Amino acid sequence: MVEGNKEEPRIGVYICHCGINIAGVIDVEEVAKYAGTLKNVVLSKDYKYMCSDPGQEMIIKDIKEHNLNRIVVAACSPRMHEPTFRAACEEAGINPFLMEMSNIREHSSWVHMKEPEKATEKAKDLVRMAVAKARLLEPLEKPKVKVTDKALVIGGGIAGIQASLDLADQGFKVYLVEKSPTIGGKMAMLDKTFPTMDCSACILTPKMVDVARHPNIELLTYSEVKEIDGFIGNFKVKVEKKPRFVTDDCTGCGICADVCPVEVPNEFDLGLGTRKAIYVPFPQAVPLIYTIDQENCVGCGMCLNVCDPDAINFDSGPEEIEIEVGTIIVATGFDIFDARRKEEYGYGIYDNVINGLEFERLINASGPSGGKLLRPSDGKEPKSIGFIQCVGSRDEATNKYCSRVCCMYAIKNARLYKEKHPETDIYIFYMDIRAFGKGYEEFYKIAQDEYGIKFIRGRPGEILEDPQTKNLILRVEDTLLGETIEVDLDLVVLSVGMEPPKDAEKLQKILRISRGADGFFLEAHPKLRPIDTLTEGVFLAGTAQGPKDIPDTVAQGSAAAARAAIPMSKGEVEIEPILAEADPEKCIGCRICERVCDFGAIQIVERKARVNQALCKGCGGCAGACPTGAMQIKHFSDNQIMAMIHAAFKED
Amino acid sequence: MAEFEPKILAFLCNWCSYAGSDLAGTSRIQYPPSIRAIRVMCTARMDPQFILKAFSEGADGVMVAGCHPGDCHYVAGNYKAKRRVTLVHEILENMGIEKERLMLDWVSAAEGEKFATIVKEFTNTIKKIGPSPLRAAARQK
Ligand SMILES: Cc1cc2nc3c(=O)[nH]c(=O)nc-3n(C[C@H](O)[C@H](O)[C@H](O)COP(=O)(O)OP(=O)(O)OC[C@H]3O[C@@H](n4cnc5c(N)ncnc54)[C@H](O)[C@@H]3O)c2cc1C
Ligand code: FES
Repeated sequence: MVEGNKEEPRIGVYICHCGINIAGVIDVEEVAKYAGTLKNVVLSKDYKYMCSDPGQEMIIKDIKEHNLNRIVVAACSPRMHEPTFRAACEEAGINPFLMEMSNIREHSSWVHMKEPEKATEKAKDLVRMAVAKARLLEPLEKPKVKVTDKALVIGGGIAGIQASLDLADQGFKVYLVEKSPTIGGKMAMLDKTFPTMDCSACILTPKMVDVARHPNIELLTYSEVKEIDGFIGNFKVKVEKKPRFVTDDCTGCGICADVCPVEVPNEFDLGLGTRKAIYVPFPQAVPLIYTIDQENCVGCGMCLNVCDPDAINFDSGPEEIEIEVGTIIVATGFDIFDARRKEEYGYGIYDNVINGLEFERLINASGPSGGKLLRPSDGKEPKSIGFIQCVGSRDEATNKYCSRVCCMYAIKNARLYKEKHPETDIYIFYMDIRAFGKGYEEFYKIAQDEYGIKFIRGRPGEILEDPQTKNLILRVEDTLLGETIEVDLDLVVLSVGMEPPKDAEKLQKILRISRGADGFFLEAHPKLRPIDTLTEGVFLAGTAQGPKDIPDTVAQGSAAAARAAIPMSKGEVEIEPILAEADPEKCIGCRICERVCDFGAIQIVERKARVNQALCKGCGGCAGACPTGAMQIKHFSDNQIMAMIHAAFKED
Repeated sequence: MAEFEPKILAFLCNWCSYAGSDLAGTSRIQYPPSIRAIRVMCTARMDPQFILKAFSEGADGVMVAGCHPGDCHYVAGNYKAKRRVTLVHEILENMGIEKERLMLDWVSAAEGEKFATIVKEFTNTIKKIGPSPLRAAARQK
């Protein structure tokens, strides 16, 4: 290997055109020519696509032919292609950490498109800075760590269910943590599913049962993740199990609920039906274990008297368990948009304005009304129904993004209702119909042509209520006809969009992952790494990452399982060697680093700082605080950063 | 005389602000070509001497950007950065350098727009204050 800092640096600089992404703005030839004049630069080239096979081959050949021992690639962000060029260096026989990237695309050509000369000057500066750091780069070895072959899946909707089953089937132990008393998520609440009209429960509940039965899955329902520590391969997780006051001996017979005198609105039915203080959210709940809701229980003890297996235990309290896992999948799903935020539609004020999910519950044969949809104001069958689209989606005042399912579920529900009540007038008020999935356009077409559902293109400004009849009057500009129409409706259904769960922020902080501008968890790369997060070993599945339908959610659930399986199958992963290291010669034993470190990774032994590499995370807090420069972060050392600062302003 | 074009050095943490600056790029949000960025894993890496070095080399401004409070990849690195920046503000004042020339802000991985805005605003601020008093001396060296 050609390495070591004693040797005179022989640097090769490569300027990428990135097609015209860089070369269309920056004069790449000039930058390459300039780089060639810098100290220690042996050769400097520009090429159309450095990341392509011939591009990488060029670097490999040059390293061998010209004995290069440092490489600078000026191209896209290191967050994009650093692994690519490191691999090329390794192939050529030099240590991968002897390569430095200069980000002249995201940081120059793409953000200074109208100032090509200044962008070129900036690119020269950025290349000079990278060359300055490259001179001082040192070879590093990646430490390998063992990966625990167990996974944590957070959220038991269809995404988490799919991911858990796929991992468990591959032989990995899975802890599935769900905060509510049952798994199933929103899919369990739906009636039928577009575009095939399968009954939602019929395709979901068998999978729920599979989860419960799987020997490799440990189901932790009514539980929440409280704390996560560690890193890929070695996460330590604290989970709090809320007290159910009913033990696993429960047979789910339900006699307790029959005698329970307390009746409260059932969350699972969005408050449209009731449940008892001892309850399961719905009959097919998994696990089929009753829960006493502490808030509403009056402590009469009636349930205690009738419970045959003696499963009721009023004395239990929250329980904290600690688990160790190698990977984590986040599948915490979505919340529906709270339509009260669009006051102009009168949700929560007018009796006969409901939301799409409530509609699903009301037409569901196992729902609170036995599948009979009646007007909340007078219990009469609605003779005219209007669906309003994009409520809380594609809207400057609330959420700008498209929720991707509302067009389809409104059409689905309109069709379902029309099948049973052909005489009903049904309107869908839309902005654009987004029927992008497989079979979706066909599904929409049939609704238009064969069901006689009236599609009106326009977003109603406001809904008014007739105080006598409680009917709703809706004025809307039909933007296709260019005229304003007024419609009198018995029932209005708001097609509410998806939002991140309210507690997403809490989980974000526990997991230390990012969220996008829309509030959903952020993937590592929108196209190439849509499942990964920027935290190694943490993956995303389903609507936790952004709005999507069931097919996409299931696909992502499987994808997350496949991604998580990689390090667990390998049994070990290489981690970045960007860690702290203390120079005993310079260390004066002042203990500042020890106090600054949030991970307990530094100890003072015989008046010298010593770093525990297994605990060090490489943040550099210690190095930034060290008064003597004894503490350094590999690959981000004082002298490397100082050289870059100097080079930002001057040539050597 | 040509318009004064500030030269600003930026330190961006890998997990949030560097990612945010990349997003400004992929979203093609345009901002002035005044900054040169150095990537650090976390703003906790910020050694006060980096900032002082930047000024002594002739920087007209220094910008430090990290994760929002509570979002730091290493839990609390950004709080350390905040304390150190406060410290450097004092040193700068003693040296006769306007403390407005050093700024600290939070930019998440999703805030490409915010990143560009900060650069624009900071560039304008520096333009108003004018070239750093150390600049002429530093450039001659
Ligand atoms: C009205 C309506 C109708 C729809 N109709 C259809 C349809 O016909 N066809 C179709 O393809 N799609 C449809 N969809 C979309 C479908 O509901 C979603 O694609 C699907 O439910 C997403 O599943 P998920 O697992 O990502 O999220 P969810 O179903 O939301 O599941 C997430 C789970 O995670 C749990 N959780 C959340 N936070 C935590 C935490 N911190 N800790 C532990 N657990 C947590 C939740 O309790 C929940 O059980 C419809 C959506 C709506 C709103
Ligand atoms: S990682 Fe961004 S500030 Fe610490």
